[in-house]
Amino acid sequence: MNAFLRNLTATQQIGALFLVVFGLLSIVTIWAYVRMLREQSSDDPQAEADALEAKRFWGLLKTSWAMATVFWIGWALGDAVATVLFAIVGFFALREFITLSPTRRGDHRSLVLAFFVVLPLQFWIVGSRHFDLFTVFIPVYVFLALPVVSALANDPQRFLERNAKLQWGIMVCVYGMSHVPALLLLDFPGYKDKGAFLVFFLVFVVQTCMVVQHLLGRRFPHKPVAPQVSQSFQWVSWLAGVAVGGLVGGLLTFITPFKPGQALGMALLACVAGSLGHLVMKALKRDRGITSWGMQGMSVTGAGGLLDRVDALCFAAPVFFHSVRWYFGL
Amino acid sequence: MLAKLMSLLLLGIVRFLTGSQARWYGCPPKAEQRIYFANHQSHADMVLIWAALPEELRSITRPIAAKDYWTKTPFRQWITTAVFNAVYVDRQATPARPAPVEPVVAGVALPESETASAGGPDPAPEAPPKPPTPEALRAALPEGDPLAPLVKALESGDSIVIFPEGTRGHGEEPQPFKSGLFKLAQMFPQVVLVPAWINNVQRVMPKGEVVPVPILCSVTFGAPIQLEPDEERRPFLDRARRAVIALREV
Repeated sequence: MNAFLRNLTATQQIGALFLVVFGLLSIVTIWAYVRMLREQSSDDPQAEADALEAKRFWGLLKTSWAMATVFWIGWALGDAVATVLFAIVGFFALREFITLSPTRRGDHRSLVLAFFVVLPLQFWIVGSRHFDLFTVFIPVYVFLALPVVSALANDPQRFLERNAKLQWGIMVCVYGMSHVPALLLLDFPGYKDKGAFLVFFLVFVVQTCMVVQHLLGRRFPHKPVAPQVSQSFQWVSWLAGVAVGGLVGGLLTFITPFKPGQALGMALLACVAGSLGHLVMKALKRDRGITSWGMQGMSVTGAGGLLDRVDALCFAAPVFFHSVRWYFGL
Repeated sequence: MLAKLMSLLLLGIVRFLTGSQARWYGCPPKAEQRIYFANHQSHADMVLIWAALPEELRSITRPIAAKDYWTKTPFRQWITTAVFNAVYVDRQATPARPAPVEPVVAGVALPESETASAGGPDPAPEAPPKPPTPEALRAALPEGDPLAPLVKALESGDSIVIFPEGTRGHGEEPQPFKSGLFKLAQMFPQVVLVPAWINNVQRVMPKGEVVPVPILCSVTFGAPIQLEPDEERRPFLDRARRAVIALREV
């Protein structure tokens, strides 16, 4: 089996990967559908709670299908399209972030700059493989230029706070997100055109960590570490989540250019960054007095909650990218 | 054809920038004749509410457009007539108007001006004899009245979107409502009055800016209100305004 997979070309291998992913999704969907049919016939008092849970699960399934399809399209149409797709995700995430951070009239020009200049430029730099510029473009140039634009708007009220919010939004939604397509373009020796595996590795490991952490936290509730920020963040479930994520990473060695030990280490690093980043975003949400960037489509903003899904990835991607580059000297 | 394309393009842009989400609380999106009344913060309000309505309702709903602003350039004029199918309304009520024809319609004929929003006792419809029928009120509307185009649209069976504040608000709270809504409710008692709260639009494109910023906006539609049989103008308008403000918290 292993030898057979090794003999395939890179393209065929990635195709097989998507086949596996879509196959798994189909099985889960069919299972959920059959279960739903059975539940409709029963009429016990617990049905209502079950229905709510089922609805949530369907939402999650739908998101997974959409994500997998997006990844597949991105891969099938090449790196350029994939980069554009991630740029769009970053755009929507930043839109959610800015919607929920109060801005003043004086911020208008800076916001225009952030959405229509900084974001496209950053992803264009990624696409054109200017890796040196891409790591400093936002932290150096943009962070100095945006406050200038804001200052020219002649509004000193809460200046620091407003600028900090905008810069944070850009850091997470643009800078963080742009590191995901950057993985596609890393050139490992003997690992040509297999960047999609690296992206899959990162996304899968981080999502596994988040899901395990979430499920364990609900099943075995402990005392939350920072109840003001998150009712669900506990050290035990966090450690377990990171450990499982790392292990899954170790098991996935065969799709990466890493040795098993390296894969484990990289996966652990990505999981720590991702899960703690999620916690930071929770603190930001609490600061705004909301529990979710989307609130299941009920919020006044109509935000879809996309940022809730990708925030862990936004934190994990830069850490993962730079440690890989540094460690392997790419 | 060109208008159709333009409307698709505009819908795409508005959705991309704002999400233009419609939230129906209190009434379903239903194809009955309605007057939607909403808070007014920006010229883009009209565009947003147009984009938030479902396709079937969009074709029978005509937004109101300020004549001076939306006819300034040929493009604006084309887009309001061909794409939005808007009803033009003069914001500046003609100041020097000949005295109203008969005392019964004095309250109706008064433009949406300062005198109307003063909140003093309403001179007209409180007369001891039966208040005039909706038909009589409509017939008595003078030719040049700012409401005349709206009345025409409603008479032909369309729904309309109005902004009873008259001008764009600046603060958090909407300004007191002008009397146009009350008069329309009197003239068309069968039309359903639906309050709507438009959220966030002023952040997308503040006054004087050209490039819009992508920020999520939503339109919340609430439970319809009705003009009670003996309700006076001011209490009704205040009630309508509260119905709009209440939607902010939903």
